[in-house]
Amino acid sequence: MMEKMIFGRYVPAHSLIHRMDPRSKLMIIFLFVCIVFIANNSLTYGLLAIYTLGMISLSKVPFRFIISGLKPVLWLVLFTLLLHLFLTKEGELLFQAGWFSIYEEGLRQGIFISLRFFLLILMTSILTLTTTPIEITDGLESLLHPLNKVKFPVHELALMMSISLRFIPTLMQETDKIMKAQTARGVDFSSGPIKDRVKAIIPLLIPLFVNSFKRAEELATAMEARGYRGGEGRTKYRQLSWGLKDTSMLIFLGILTALLVLFRT
Amino acid sequence: MNKKKLVQLENVSFQYPLETGFALRNVSFDIYEGEWLALVGHNGSGKSTLAKLLNGLQFPQEGTIKVNGMLLSEETVWETRKKIGMVFQNPDNQFVGTTVQDDVAFGLENNGIDREEMVERVKYSLEKVKMAQFLDQEPHHLSGGQKQRVAIAGVIALRPSIIILDEATSMLDPRGREEVLETVRELKENHHMTVISITHDLEEAVKADRIIVMNKGELYREGSPEDIFQMDEELVQLGLDIPFPVKMSKLLKEQGVSLSRHFLSEEELVEELWTSHYKK
Ligand SMILES: Nc1ncnc2c1ncn2[C@@H]1O[C@H](COP(=O)(O)OP(=O)(O)OP(=O)(O)O)[C@@H](O)[C@H]1O
Ligand SMILES: [Mg+2]
Repeated sequence: MMEKMIFGRYVPAHSLIHRMDPRSKLMIIFLFVCIVFIANNSLTYGLLAIYTLGMISLSKVPFRFIISGLKPVLWLVLFTLLLHLFLTKEGELLFQAGWFSIYEEGLRQGIFISLRFFLLILMTSILTLTTTPIEITDGLESLLHPLNKVKFPVHELALMMSISLRFIPTLMQETDKIMKAQTARGVDFSSGPIKDRVKAIIPLLIPLFVNSFKRAEELATAMEARGYRGGEGRTKYRQLSWGLKDTSMLIFLGILTALLVLFRT
Repeated sequence: MNKKKLVQLENVSFQYPLETGFALRNVSFDIYEGEWLALVGHNGSGKSTLAKLLNGLQFPQEGTIKVNGMLLSEETVWETRKKIGMVFQNPDNQFVGTTVQDDVAFGLENNGIDREEMVERVKYSLEKVKMAQFLDQEPHHLSGGQKQRVAIAGVIALRPSIIILDEATSMLDPRGREEVLETVRELKENHHMTVISITHDLEEAVKADRIIVMNKGELYREGSPEDIFQMDEELVQLGLDIPFPVKMSKLLKEQGVSLSRHFLSEEELVEELWTSHYKK
């Protein structure tokens, strides 16, 4: 179940977006987060929405995957909408019932801000739905590479991320095993007062921690035995390839930005 | 035996920092090219420590280790690690990559091998261990035996002359164990690799060319499987077991069945029994 939450997000397919370089995808997301704030009227928001929908259809990810990913954040979007509806008191009065009133500006702001939110979430979902976590790691490592100059440990950070990714399923299997072992000894994880349940977690966490330390030590030894000595002089097996599609996508985003600047009020 | 000495240990002693006793005391022996050397001994007798020293993961306080005539030291350790590959006990805790091919490539990346060459070697090594169809598989979808074979592929990708198995089969089921041993046997035959196998599995040690028995950090005995398993009760006192056919031969002798010697394999024993019976 947890595995679904972390890895189940990736939907394998052979779309244009899937085949894009993770670096260009990361750059697009980053730029998108910035240009979303340029939009301030129906036309510019409309452009952003069309762009996002276009990306979704290019990614060929079935719509239900996108929707299911949105569910947990939907209430947040709704909350933003309501907050603006109730609290912004500018513009024409649209509706009034006793103390409760909605103003034009409130409605406008509410819709725009929640739409902005919505689009951001959609775009980041497209990234995680079309890119494996390890590709994202590779992309980040490559993009952050210049930071090496200021002694930022880029390689180490990327290695840490990829080892975490590799061990999450293993640790989850282990948690499951320990949980069953403790259940067999009469520990009850799923009922009783919250205090008891928290207490029941302790005999789960301790073996998990102890084992993780042991794993870490053994893994470090194994890595050293296989010739690991830090990032220097190391070559990379996984290769990123920047293609025409990546450049075009970025140029396209540039055009969108120009349009946004042009049409904003 | 007039074979080339690949590794020479001379009076090697080693003590872990902060520990009072020596983990290894005055150990000397040679390892010959192309042999299968089994290292046996009770828990804590220093087998893994010895393996770590051979790989330069630790350095001896006293004595010297030479690999291919080259003295193992801080300066030569990276060269040595390319020549001596190690497979450890726990299949999970030596799998570094997120997929099979990434894991095999890990050692190559560390040694700065060109990408094209890497791709070739990864493919070749995985074919050798019969894991080529699992290129993109993630470790948690593999069995223990498969993970160990990937670990072996990672080792042979670096083209070492020696492979050390530190109880590499002890966490596997019988099938996984046979898969792994078979893989190593093939490598030894076809690629002239030298194998050092640390093991509690005496059935495996029986098939070795030579056995070294460790006891409390010292080299206790060195010899062919026949010699070693003649030791009988002595082995039990060293905290080791005796293989079933040897035990059986001994018991049969005690019962008055005449056997020419203690047999190491079940087949040999059965052969002797029915032929001797037939001759009567
Ligand atoms: N990292 C360490 N730090 C301190 N002492 C250690 C360490 N590793 C092993 N020892 C000690 O060194 C001695 C030899 O241990 P070693 O692991 O080499 O034995 P072994 O023959 O491999 O045993 P086993 O069959 O259990 O694997 C033991 O007394 C052990 O307690
Ligand atoms: Mg050991």
